Amino acid sequence: MSTDLARWQFATTSIYHFLFVPVTIGLAFLVALLQTSWYRGGDPVYRRLTRFFGTLLLINVAIGVVTGLVQEFKFGMNWSSYSREVGNIFGGPLAMEGLLAFFLESTFLGLWIFGWDRLSKKVHLACIWLVAGATMLSAAFIMAANSWMQHPVGYVMNARHQPQLNNIAALFTNPVFLWSYIHALLASLVTGSLVMLAVSAWHLRRKRECGAFTRTATVSLVVLIPSLILALFVGSELGVVEDTYQPMKIAAAEAEWNTCDSHCPFSAFQIGGGVNDQNPTRILKIPSLLSLLATNNLDGRVQGINQLQAESVKQYGPGNYVPNVFIQYWSMRVMAYLAAMMLAFAVWGAWLLGRRRLGDSTWFLRIAPWAVLAPFLANTAGWMLTENGR
Amino acid sequence: MHLSTLWFLIDSIFWIGFFILEGFDFGVGMLHSFVAKDETERRIAINSIGPVWDGNEVWLIVAGAVIFAAFPSWYATMFSTFYLALVVVLLALLVRGVAFEYRRKVDDPRWRSAFGWSLTIGSGLIPLLVGVAFGDMLHGLPIDKAHDYTGNFLGLLTPYGLWTGVTMLAMCLLMGATYLSLKTTGSLHDRVLRLSGGIGWVAAVVVWGFVTWTHLGLGTGFLPNPLEALAVLAVVASAWLASVKQEGWAFASAAVGVVGVVGSLLAELYPRVMVSTINAAYDLTVANTASGSYTLKVMTVVALVFFPVVLVYQGWSYHVFRSRLSAPRAGGDDPGPDGGTRIRVTDTSPGPTGAAGS
Repeated sequence: MSTDLARWQFATTSIYHFLFVPVTIGLAFLVALLQTSWYRGGDPVYRRLTRFFGTLLLINVAIGVVTGLVQEFKFGMNWSSYSREVGNIFGGPLAMEGLLAFFLESTFLGLWIFGWDRLSKKVHLACIWLVAGATMLSAAFIMAANSWMQHPVGYVMNARHQPQLNNIAALFTNPVFLWSYIHALLASLVTGSLVMLAVSAWHLRRKRECGAFTRTATVSLVVLIPSLILALFVGSELGVVEDTYQPMKIAAAEAEWNTCDSHCPFSAFQIGGGVNDQNPTRILKIPSLLSLLATNNLDGRVQGINQLQAESVKQYGPGNYVPNVFIQYWSMRVMAYLAAMMLAFAVWGAWLLGRRRLGDSTWFLRIAPWAVLAPFLANTAGWMLTENGR
Repeated sequence: MHLSTLWFLIDSIFWIGFFILEGFDFGVGMLHSFVAKDETERRIAINSIGPVWDGNEVWLIVAGAVIFAAFPSWYATMFSTFYLALVVVLLALLVRGVAFEYRRKVDDPRWRSAFGWSLTIGSGLIPLLVGVAFGDMLHGLPIDKAHDYTGNFLGLLTPYGLWTGVTMLAMCLLMGATYLSLKTTGSLHDRVLRLSGGIGWVAAVVVWGFVTWTHLGLGTGFLPNPLEALAVLAVVASAWLASVKQEGWAFASAAVGVVGVVGSLLAELYPRVMVSTINAAYDLTVANTASGSYTLKVMTVVALVFFPVVLVYQGWSYHVFRSRLSAPRAGGDDPGPDGGTRIRVTDTSPGPTGAAGS
């Protein structure tokens, strides 16, 4: 009961925290781009835009930092046994994050906010790039720590059966880390650029500062489209990596109760599929797609939940090792479908921009502020898929 | 020296650094509601810590994360023991951090005053509660064989712990007042400097009480050890220097006072990290809570390489913002985020993301 409460609390605070983090990472990068445009071209509009979106960034950072502090404290407060056992491994990346990334981010953010008239243009520009770099660096340490929870590496068990770190490099070459870190960075760029696009569209629709906001709409689309495509690609690779190390996560995400030997179909939707209904009604079956997604091969083998459960019982002793299949199945689909919708929307925006009709397209400008919800939902779904399936 | 001892020392440096750096911005946060007579002066006070408070807070994050990495069992016991107190600390940090950004967002005296008071109260609660926790760790708590705290929330409010909290509060106020006198001019400067002297004498009495109580509690007599003597003398010196209008030296002395207070507490604690009142055998110590030697080696390399770099750029940021703030600067030409806004794009209303414009 109390473990459930602690889980709920951790899930709630994590999800809340991760509403702000991707905006910070994405916007810091975009604001740095805007300021670089001002630095190189000298166009004062870019200076105003930098300051305008810089304000949004600041509000986000403030909340992101304090909600992140909650996360760090929670490990000691709610998960003290976990901390005691694996702090020597898990605590390392957290301490490094503080020392290498947080100091950098916070100090140079202070210099950037207050340094407009005190620093040379070049040094001031370097400050925002250091902030942007530090936000990405900080994500690396957190993702390394999280990836260790997904796929533990670089440790040995000591005599008292406690894991002891013996190879720090392994934490940062963990395949789960490499792919999930890049995926998280791309998702952050998607989130940041959609926020910028939405704000720009909101103002364009009201005919305010059209020249300025057409520029930010352009910058955001230029970042958004490649980031989305890469995020989809990297996400699907991450699926293959996870199928290798955490087959149960993928089996549950596909409600694949029994092993499928080859050409496993992917279902777009399903009805049922829970533990009491292991033969769900599958709608829109796409032949062999699941094999391709999970193994990069059209005839790859996808292990079933029941078989994996039996294996786990044999390995770790009796227990239920099956995650909530409903959450797994739908969080994976919500994430993927939202990404596809965002991509379609972004391509539409780019097409309008190319024909110089973005400012007049009432529908696009009307939808954009709502489209900003998509990355937040997709990010949350992504973390539910990752954590619920762990 | 064993690596676990080295890491106790490194962690002590982070805690002392936190109490000095965030100490003065807690102090300014508390004082700004009282010493500033009007909105301009309040802005000057807040802007004096605006560029640096966030970087200072990282000292707390790192001090905590270092315990997590180097002394996982200490982290587990400490954070679960002080659970409710830490929830309040987190809320205070949250309210305080948000207050810096939101205070200027709406041009309404009630809005500003609400966030101003949040800043004041948050800045006071954090050093008070962290101080109580430090006092408790030395004074001892009912910790059982499994290193779990067996008492309840009220059990954390030991008289010695509370006095340690009050000591930290007094030191933060002294740091804040002397810092503010260093960063201001004119009548605000004169007022805050006079206040520094007053706070200094009160702090001296509080610190003397803390040092004496520590000794009586440990049964080591009335005579302070050198670090404790340093704490008392530095605070007395700070009060005297403030009264003879040497604000720079007063600030430096106050910082030395913090080194003395926090340093002596941690020195008395070593080699223990949390004392058990049930049985001395249940004490958490540097040795029985430390990570494996491999982890400590990795962390040592990381700290030796990167910590000096951090000190250099944080030092540089203090150098950039070394000038005093006065009314025309704070209100006009170089407002910083808590001054007026000159960004025309932001005259429009906020976007649908819910984030306010400026």
